[in-house]
Amino acid sequence: MTVKTATGAPARLPGAAAPKKGLWAWLNKRLPVDAFLSASATGYYAPKNFNVWYFFGSLALFVLVMQLVTGIFLTMFYKPGELTSFDSVEYIMREVDFGWLIRYLHSTGASAFFIVVYLHMFRAFLYGSYRAPRELLWLIGMLVYLALMAEAFMGYVLPWGNMSFWGAQVIVNLFGTIPWIGTSLVEWIRGDYGIADAALNRFFALHVAAIPLALLMLVVLHLVALHETGSNNPDGIEIKEKVGPDGKPLDGIPFHPYYTVKDLVGVGVFLVLFALVVFFKPGLGGLFLEAPNFEPANPLSTPEHITPAWYFTPYYAILRAVPDQRMGALLMLLAVVSFLFLPWLDRSPVKSMRYRGWISRTALALFAVSFVALGYLGMQPAEGLYVMLARIFAAIYFAFFLLMPFYSRIDAVKPVPERVTYHAH
Amino acid sequence: MRTDRGRGRRGLLAAALLSATAAATHGAWAAEEAAGSPEAAARFGADWQSWQAANDVSDIPSVQRGARNFVSYCLGCHSLKYERWSRVGEDLGVPPRLLQQDLLPPGDKPAQYILTSMPAADAEAWFGKTPPDLTLMARARGQDYLYQFLKTFYVDPASQTGANNLRLPTTAMPHVLSELEGLKRAVYKEAITGAEGGQAIHQQVFDHFEQIAPGRLSAAEYDGFVRDTVNFLDYVSEPTQTARRALGVWVVLFLLVFTWLAWLVKREYWKDVH
Amino acid sequence: MADHAVVADDEVDLSRRKFLTRATIATGAVGTVFAAVPFIESWSPSERARAQGAPTELDLSKLEPGQMTITVWRKSPVYVVRRTPDMLARIAGHDELLKDPKSDKSEQPPYARNPLRSRSAEVLVLIGTCTHLGCLPKQRFSAGELSAGWPGGFFCPCHGSRFDLAGRVFDGSPASTNLRVPPYSYPNARTLLIGADEKGVA
Repeated sequence: MTVKTATGAPARLPGAAAPKKGLWAWLNKRLPVDAFLSASATGYYAPKNFNVWYFFGSLALFVLVMQLVTGIFLTMFYKPGELTSFDSVEYIMREVDFGWLIRYLHSTGASAFFIVVYLHMFRAFLYGSYRAPRELLWLIGMLVYLALMAEAFMGYVLPWGNMSFWGAQVIVNLFGTIPWIGTSLVEWIRGDYGIADAALNRFFALHVAAIPLALLMLVVLHLVALHETGSNNPDGIEIKEKVGPDGKPLDGIPFHPYYTVKDLVGVGVFLVLFALVVFFKPGLGGLFLEAPNFEPANPLSTPEHITPAWYFTPYYAILRAVPDQRMGALLMLLAVVSFLFLPWLDRSPVKSMRYRGWISRTALALFAVSFVALGYLGMQPAEGLYVMLARIFAAIYFAFFLLMPFYSRIDAVKPVPERVTYHAH
Repeated sequence: MRTDRGRGRRGLLAAALLSATAAATHGAWAAEEAAGSPEAAARFGADWQSWQAANDVSDIPSVQRGARNFVSYCLGCHSLKYERWSRVGEDLGVPPRLLQQDLLPPGDKPAQYILTSMPAADAEAWFGKTPPDLTLMARARGQDYLYQFLKTFYVDPASQTGANNLRLPTTAMPHVLSELEGLKRAVYKEAITGAEGGQAIHQQVFDHFEQIAPGRLSAAEYDGFVRDTVNFLDYVSEPTQTARRALGVWVVLFLLVFTWLAWLVKREYWKDVH
Repeated sequence: MADHAVVADDEVDLSRRKFLTRATIATGAVGTVFAAVPFIESWSPSERARAQGAPTELDLSKLEPGQMTITVWRKSPVYVVRRTPDMLARIAGHDELLKDPKSDKSEQPPYARNPLRSRSAEVLVLIGTCTHLGCLPKQRFSAGELSAGWPGGFFCPCHGSRFDLAGRVFDGSPASTNLRVPPYSYPNARTLLIGADEKGVA
């Protein structure tokens, strides 16, 4: 059954030419185009009560496409190699027409990707989107996050600035903390006795080809998993439980045109903020483009403060909070991996924060504050008060996960409504 | 997209200003420094860590003067290996003839990169390290760092070059600009810098500078010289920055219009939803 | 009444909805085109390519009569020949055997649009790329070298195109236009500058 819009016309993707009965029919006999569009857009029903937290999924997809396009174009001019990488980046910035713009889109895009992804993940925390039946959706999403971190780390090495070099040095050395195999593993990763041409070139191959392919497959898998269960919503209610006589959820609306049109506004707002950074402050005071990276890699000169890019600093702070290198690395790994257990740590009878009590809300607030605080602390030198604070916030960070089975069960809950709460807008 | 609008206008301006630089620098900065007051002289340099370059890369005449300063005083040891002479000419509105005459070293072609004539091996032998390329220095250290560096040289008999620097202590660079700035010495005072085991630690800390020999330029003129030079280094570290900001205005305006339209469409369609 | 999320509304919205959607799509299309410009422009020759493509200088005093030298301009081979009076005489008299004797269809600057295809009679400057598919033609300057009645010129080994001592293509060749002449000039009597003339740098 086709979906009709309020105009009474059959729903169609905007911009599509008037379908010639002949051509469209010919195509549909050979590819399930109509069926696909119907299943995933015009016939896919999403809850009508999405709020601002629901923009970030489509934004993440938008940024992914942008990174792919700008990345491909950068690859046309970038020359990987100890002796050529740094120079080729300056070549792009100065001598390739609009090279500077393509570079800034890509570097700002990397940071924008993480801002969007962190907000996208936070939505899951707010509304229990990782809970049954969406556990696998959450796990696939975590794999996307891990792949993204690897992609960003390797991408940062490619300009071969001094921070590229020393960041690579520090992070690769972390693998040396693994018992027994650590030392050989580090040499195997580097392909040499130190971070040099071999590491740079293989990171290039992984960053440009291997991980983008993995990312694309994981994102497709992520969307398939989403469409299988349908989306959660701010009330945490399963809209499929209340269907109308036509078999469609009463609280659902077709993704197209309603959410395509709404997400377009989200893209617009995002692009305005994005453009403000790209065109007026692409380095963002050293946050998006770090100053030491404008000096070529120098194995004999360490920058005053080695810090990873801002999106890694929460974990970096946890690493440095522990006085022992091996334990610090282990705890850092645990900090990332903890997210994977969320669907099973959360024992609350309700999904959404809206219907939970003060304990869960406080815990989440403390976690969010800790994450941001650790992020800030990860950018500071590891001394004095900073280390003590990092330890405190790291403790809160882990407590959020470790104590969740308890506080989520004993916390008060409010009655969850039958139908979603929605106000026309 | 190069900054090629108004090149004709800027060319004329360049010609006029390149020949009247001394007057320009003097007039522009004379008002700035309250260098005359005895209080200022006594405490001169005490606040050096808060000094700011406050340069404006869109001030083309200033960047032109900085280019000329660089060629005269820096190119002897430092290269700008990512920037071409012709690019400087295009971006700063310097016509090819003036570029050839006033900036280009004899034998260099406009399409060449700006390289120093000093062989790296010799530099290493004389100074202990090769003078670094300066193309990206303004992005690597910041304009304020460069400004402070050029203004905190002082006489130090203990050093190899006879000079030292507050911004970069034990720098291998000699006080190249001493003929312009003159010579100054650092005056220290005793201060308590910490405590250990109940005992206060007394150390000699920098208090202020004292001019011991005048340079060819007045304090205000030298300040202008340094600002222009830092301005040029800022330009060279990212030649496209002016074009970037100009384009940005249009892009953001367009995106605001687009977002507004998209929002109207959204609102219209969502009237269906109850 | 079905308690559904989407309810058909009054028809009055239809035209406003259509107009707004079209206006947004049009604006979006304009934006997309503008967004594509930097990427397309990035493929233009970069500053480095333009710098390397600067005019090439050649010292003519080393070039003997009857001799050809090959140099490079903008990544293409350039043939420079100092023609002898005998060679010049062998350029005339076979116009009916040529595909484009007046160089109407061929590529050359205005000062090379003459039977000798050059600024001065003596020196011939040609892009050494066959106008068929791009191989380098070989010099066959002697009369009778290729066949009886051969006036001298160039022979392309790839598919057999033949050109005379002014670079004009003979009938029966796969190539259809004469060998191209680049812009060039003489800053002084001894120097040939390929890639720049009265109009400036190419």
